[in-house]
Amino acid sequence: MFELLGIPPQALFGQVLLGLINGSFYAILSLGLAVIFGLLNIINFTHGAQYMMGAFVAWMCLNYLGINYWAALLLAPLIVGIVGVLIERFLISRLAHLDHLYGLLLTFGLALIIQGLFRNNYGSSGLPYQIPPQLAGGHNLGFMFLPNYRAWVVIASLVICLATWFVIEKTRLGAYLRAATENPTLTQAFGINVPLLVTLTYGFGVALAAFAGVLAAPIYSVNPNMGADLIIVVFAVVVIGGMGSIMGAIVTGFGLGLIEGVTKVFYPEASATVIFIIMVLVLLVKPAGLFGRPA
Amino acid sequence: MLTEATGAAALASAVKPLLAVRGLEAWYGESHVLHGIDFDVAPGEVVTLLGRNGAGKTTTLKSIIGIMGKRKGSVSFDGTETINLPSRAIARLGIGFVPEERGIYSSLNVEENLLLPPQVKPGGLSLDQIFELFPNLKERLKSQGTKLSGGEQQMLAIGRILRTGANLLLLDEPTEGLAPVIIDQIGRTIAKLKREGFTIILVEQNFRFAATVADRHYVVEQGKVVDMIPNEALERNIDKLHGYLGV
Repeated sequence: MFELLGIPPQALFGQVLLGLINGSFYAILSLGLAVIFGLLNIINFTHGAQYMMGAFVAWMCLNYLGINYWAALLLAPLIVGIVGVLIERFLISRLAHLDHLYGLLLTFGLALIIQGLFRNNYGSSGLPYQIPPQLAGGHNLGFMFLPNYRAWVVIASLVICLATWFVIEKTRLGAYLRAATENPTLTQAFGINVPLLVTLTYGFGVALAAFAGVLAAPIYSVNPNMGADLIIVVFAVVVIGGMGSIMGAIVTGFGLGLIEGVTKVFYPEASATVIFIIMVLVLLVKPAGLFGRPA
Repeated sequence: MLTEATGAAALASAVKPLLAVRGLEAWYGESHVLHGIDFDVAPGEVVTLLGRNGAGKTTTLKSIIGIMGKRKGSVSFDGTETINLPSRAIARLGIGFVPEERGIYSSLNVEENLLLPPQVKPGGLSLDQIFELFPNLKERLKSQGTKLSGGEQQMLAIGRILRTGANLLLLDEPTEGLAPVIIDQIGRTIAKLKREGFTIILVEQNFRFAATVADRHYVVEQGKVVDMIPNEALERNIDKLHGYLGV
């Protein structure tokens, strides 16, 4: 089998796959953040905690109620999304008329409270969640071994991201969302219920985070800190893609995951920082992000 | 009120007004802008609000549709008091609003802009009827809304509220910045809408245009209605109107 710059293909493609997996989580999470930022103008620091809640709800469904992975994949986003709706209705909406900073501080505080509660109840060492039997094992592709579950994560993420993009860019509901994002006062004056749209959009963005959490549960251990570790990278992805840009979040999510994976092969020391280096460069050259529109 | 106004006012008050505004006050933050606006609009009428810049004409329209932060007084539409309703509920009673800046969404194409406002009542125009009024729109359905010319944007802004079934249209300076040929087209459209039974409140600086389409003119000064001039009495009162408008 061929080698690239002395790197065996198994190592290269293994890291590419790992990059794609990470990219899948970056894409779904940054998509949720972009959707929320676009309409609410709120930098949702609770997003990582909501991702963690998705994983925990799946774990609880399985261990307390015997509900399997596939049902949890629907139930956890629904439950965590409803929690998100309540957070928006009773907390975030009260800050709607204030500067972004207040929303950021509120959601940051909420994230710390939620993580603290889960850490208090479940510790921080992590809980195991089995890969569903239908997706156990994998396929030998010759140049690499492809675990079925990881292939499923990439495909499911792509489908969810593209479906979300389609709804926002190509449907009547998406037109309402884009209109409400651009000019909420006028949109409301046309008879469209903008506060309801805002609440449901926040709930949907949170549900996306919870969906990513369920996908992550069998790969990483279910851990109260799993969201906090990831969210800083996801914010960098959103900044690079362009705050509020739907396609930017998807493309940069997958793209940066891949770049991170390839960096691990060629220069592992830089793999943890490559995304932040790119963020700095993008901010210097194109402050609105690669896909963002200047304010 | 003027002597000439009495006949028209009596005529307008003979029928139950579609819109009755009484003691309407409004604020921008701490700034008190409307100080008790009073006027009526009868069904099927076209009335204009005339006045200098900053007199409170646009604020009056914004207060009727409910997008001013703080307002008080009474705005009764078709017998329903709207002063405490949110703008989305007011729009759903059958009031369509075209803002001064036209409010075309840059993130939506022409078709999406046109289909955005939901239908609030039966009786709205079909897309074909709108394209009959404004043929340019049909050719540019997939263009980004803000890429249209100023005239086309105005056509789009008016066209999209005609779909909704709203029977009271609030048009804020629809001729501002437009070429004479487009102003003529907008004028013909307003006249046609009037023949079809729409009730229209028009905010205009251009009283020569207003005279071609309106039944009555209310003059607004410093947040109050200070005069009402029937259209047929406009010529006789032209000097006084010049005084009001400072021209």
